[in-house]
This record gives sequence, C-alpha cells and structure tokens, in this order.
Amino acid sequence: MNSSRPLRNQVLEFIIEKAIFLAGTASILFVALIFIFLLKEGLSLFRTVSPVQFIFGANWYPISDPPQFGTVPLVLGSLLVTLGAILIAVPLGVSSAIYIAEIAPAWLREILKGTVEFLAAIPSIVLGFIGLVTLVPLVKAIFQIPTGLTAMSGSIMLAFMAMPTIVSIMEDALTAVPKSYREGALALGSTRWQMIWRVLLPAASSGILAAVMLGIGRVIGETMAVMMITGNAARIPTSILLPVRTMTATIAAEMGEAVQGSDHYFALFAIGIQLFIVTFIINLVAGFFIKRKKK
Amino acid sequence: MRKGFPRMHKILPFATALTISILSVCFIVPAVPVKAKQYTMIQIKGSDTMVNLGQAWAEEFMRKRPDISIAVTGGGSGTGIAAILSGTCDIAQSSREMKKDELEKAAATGEPVKETVVGIDGIAVVVHPSNPISELTIDQLSGIFTGKIKNWNELGGKDKPILILSRERNSGTHVFFLEEILRKGNPKGPEEFASSALMMPSSQAIVLEVVSSEAAIGYIGLGYVSDKQKVLAVGRNAEGPFVMPTLETSQNGEYPISRPLYLLTRGEPQGDVKEYIDFILSPEGQEIVRILDFVPIQTQ
Repeated sequence: MNSSRPLRNQVLEFIIEKAIFLAGTASILFVALIFIFLLKEGLSLFRTVSPVQFIFGANWYPISDPPQFGTVPLVLGSLLVTLGAILIAVPLGVSSAIYIAEIAPAWLREILKGTVEFLAAIPSIVLGFIGLVTLVPLVKAIFQIPTGLTAMSGSIMLAFMAMPTIVSIMEDALTAVPKSYREGALALGSTRWQMIWRVLLPAASSGILAAVMLGIGRVIGETMAVMMITGNAARIPTSILLPVRTMTATIAAEMGEAVQGSDHYFALFAIGIQLFIVTFIINLVAGFFIKRKKK
Repeated sequence: MRKGFPRMHKILPFATALTISILSVCFIVPAVPVKAKQYTMIQIKGSDTMVNLGQAWAEEFMRKRPDISIAVTGGGSGTGIAAILSGTCDIAQSSREMKKDELEKAAATGEPVKETVVGIDGIAVVVHPSNPISELTIDQLSGIFTGKIKNWNELGGKDKPILILSRERNSGTHVFFLEEILRKGNPKGPEEFASSALMMPSSQAIVLEVVSSEAAIGYIGLGYVSDKQKVLAVGRNAEGPFVMPTLETSQNGEYPISRPLYLLTRGEPQGDVKEYIDFILSPEGQEIVRILDFVPIQTQ
C-alpha cells in the first residue's frame, strides 16, 4: 500500500462519477430534444389548420387542394387494431405465463421461456411478410370477405408481437409471488387450480396489468407489419373485418412524399405527437402498476 | 470495500475510458466532413416504378465504366425529389412532374432542377381474371375509384362490391392516376380516392391482391402486368375506341393512361452524370427501356 493509492482512487472515483453522470443525463437530454423537436414541428401545423379539424375531422386527404387533415379514421384505426391484438394476446399470454411459471417442469420451462423470447427477435417486417402471404388469404377465405387486408389480420399479427413482452413480464410477476402464498393456499386444502386462480393471480395482478400495458405500448407503435397487412384505407372503421389505416402506417407511408416545411409534413409530426401522448399515458399507467407491485 | 473486488478495480478505468470515447465519438463523427469524390459514386433515388429500370441501366453502364459505382434505390418519386432537393442524391428518378411547392423549394436554393424525359410508362388497369368486364371509359374508372360506383353489377358485371386498390400517396403513379383519371385531366379537380380505397405499399402488393380477390380493381405500370391479371381496355369516352395498353399504343398516345418518366438533376447534368444520362438516351439505353416493358422515347 503506497500513499498515492487513496489519491488515485479519489481521481478515478471522480472521473467515473462524472462519466456516469454524463451518460445518465445524456439520455434525458436526448428525450427532451426529441420531444421539443416533435412539438416544434407538429404544433406548426396549427398555424394554418385548426386543432378541432385535426382532432375531430373525419377525412384524411393530405395532398388535395385544399388538404383535409382529419385524424379520426387514423386514431380509430390504431385503436381498433390494438384492441383486437390485446384481446387475442392477453388470454394467450396469461395462460402461457401461468403454464411456464407454475405448471411446466423445469426443463420445459427453460425451453418455453427461450422460445417466447425468441419470438421478440423476429423483425417485424418478416412477420408482416409472412402474415401477408399466409394469414391474409386465410382471413379472406374464413370470413368470405372481398379482401383479407383487414384490421383483423393486423390484430392477429400484432398479437404475436406483443406476446413476448406480455409473457416474460407476467412470468416474472408470477415467480415473484412469495412461496409462502402457494404453500399457505395448498396447506388450506385448495387445489392447484384454485391456488393459481384465487391466490397467485390476485397477488400478481399489478404485474399482470403492467405486462398488458407494455404489450399495448408495443402494439400501438408497431409500423411495418401493420402497413403491409391492414390495407391502409383511411376510413372510419365500422367492423374489424374492414381495412384500416393506422397512425404509424400513415407517418411511414407519407413521410417520403411530404415536402419539408409543408402543412402535410407538419401534420405527420402532429400525428407523431398524438401517438407520443398515447404511448406516454400507457407507459405512465404501466409504471404506476409496476411501482405498486414493488411495495 | 474495494479490496474485495480487485477485478472491479481494474475494469472500471477501462469502462470509463470506453464510455468517454464512445460519447466523444458520438459528438465528433457528425462534425467530420464526408469526403466526396474520392471514387466516383452516383446516388440515384426515387420512383418505385423506375427502380428496376434504373438498376438495369446502372448495371449496363457500370460494365462499360468499371470506375463508376451507381447505387439505385426506390422509395417513391416524392422521396427522390425530396432527396435531390436536399442534395442527398445525384439523380432523382421520378414518374411525375415536380409539384409547385417542390419547384418553389428548388428555386429558393438557387439551383434549378433539370428534368430529362427518359421513357414512357403505360399504366394498366387490372382486375381478377374471372371478372367479365373487359373495357371501361375514363368516366367509369373515375366513378369506381372515387367510390360513386360501388358494385360491379352497375357496370354489367357480377353482383359484388368493388374492392378498390390504389398505390400509397408517396407514389408518382398515385398522383398521376388521381389527376389523369379520377379528376379527368384537371389536376385541381374536387375528386378524391374513395376513403374505402386500400392504399397498397407497392405495385407488387397490388398484383398480389388482384390475383387473390375476384372483386378487386387496381392500377399498375405495364412492366408489372402478367397473365395472372386481366388488363382492361380503356376508352376516352363511351364511343371508344377502347384501347389496350401496349408499347405502340402508349408511344403514339392512343392509350389514354400513359406518362413520361423523368430523371432529375441539379442544374445541367455534368461529367459522369451527363455521360450516364447520354447512355440512357442512346439506342442501347432505350433498348433496356423496351426490354423492361416500358415504352422507349423516340430519339431523333
């Protein structure tokens, strides 16, 4: 031990502290910059277009003269596809998580967990393409409709994408329930099913809700697959078996065409703000549930 | 406490150095100017309709001039025009003329954009092979695509609601079809695609959907037509004549839905870019146009 050691340590400590501080605050800075940029570009639209027309307008004809920037069909399109996906993914995800966490033997559990998480690694454009050539004709044939490019096809495909998120978070929530709960329930004479249904699920409920919210967040922001298989017709949807156009697909499809600085360009950023607000609320709610879980 | 983690002690300085260097690279790299013109690279971007054509030209040209490397990408005419305006490509391929606000933006930067016509594209209206309809007027097409005509039986076909397939709005084909057919040649007309029209991300997607759906109608470039779809003859009015899209009828203007294809450059083309465009306008370049089922322009 020589005497320079504490000093060297101090200097190192200082550098490390600052570096970590810089790295930590950088992400905050980036988020803030992105948000400011989004706001600046998006809000520019409302210099020429009234927010009421933007939020409540029923027609999306951005390249017409005069253009119409009504986002109701787009917002409803996104919500419909998301709702459908969640209705499919949640029951599947919950059952899958329960099986993995509670019922499956240890060796199968590892395989299943790995496989479900592997699903998350498939790029969404690949899923979209597979959906386009397999699922779309199937939906068309089953429901006897003119085209399979519908909200339904989008929902089914997105359910696959939300599954890994839902299953792995839910599985964590279930395994986090203390062992004494299970032992207590079984000791009181409940069956395994009663134990899962009456004790485990309520105990893990906030984690399950968080999983669902994060799944929704994953689905609503998805773009490529949705653009390929939902048909992209900007019409207020009246059925899940009709084509819809989502907010994300609209931005992706039209950003290339929009002249920088035009109303159309600003309108796409304004849709970005709408989307940001929706996902922000979802993350906030999910965060709230995760926090409650920890208490 | 550190004594217990001798390894940690050794790793941390490295981790710190790594973090700092990554952070600094992030900030410094964008500031370093990209070195242009070390080797000749021509970036071409734009119309999806013209991607295959552009690639065929580029391949042939690069065989003659191995010192030049040409990259052709799609994205839509609007994407290409935006890229030529922002200077991120050397040539834009466009299947439509530049719009007023795009021209204004070009004028504002001081250097005008030069349009060169390099070929003609005929747009075919296609339906499912089982569809009994074989000819339509422009008025009827306008009615179908704006949603006024909703069922095939209004046109003498089967009792099936019409499924409208359109290209996405970033497509030059979309804009051309909107102005020439839906609005019957008046670009400022009030007609719009029906809100029930499916906006397909590519011509290939329209081909796929027309093949699988008996009620579908869509429009695609001549180059995409195969014998799996039925091509309709189009008439300017009810008296006809109803003309099938072919090389001859597009070139001589008998077929009503054809359009010029453009290459856009900043200012007059110069150097290698000029050589490339001259090659395209040569009989050899125009032969490639013909092979890919587009219509060659008549060179002097």
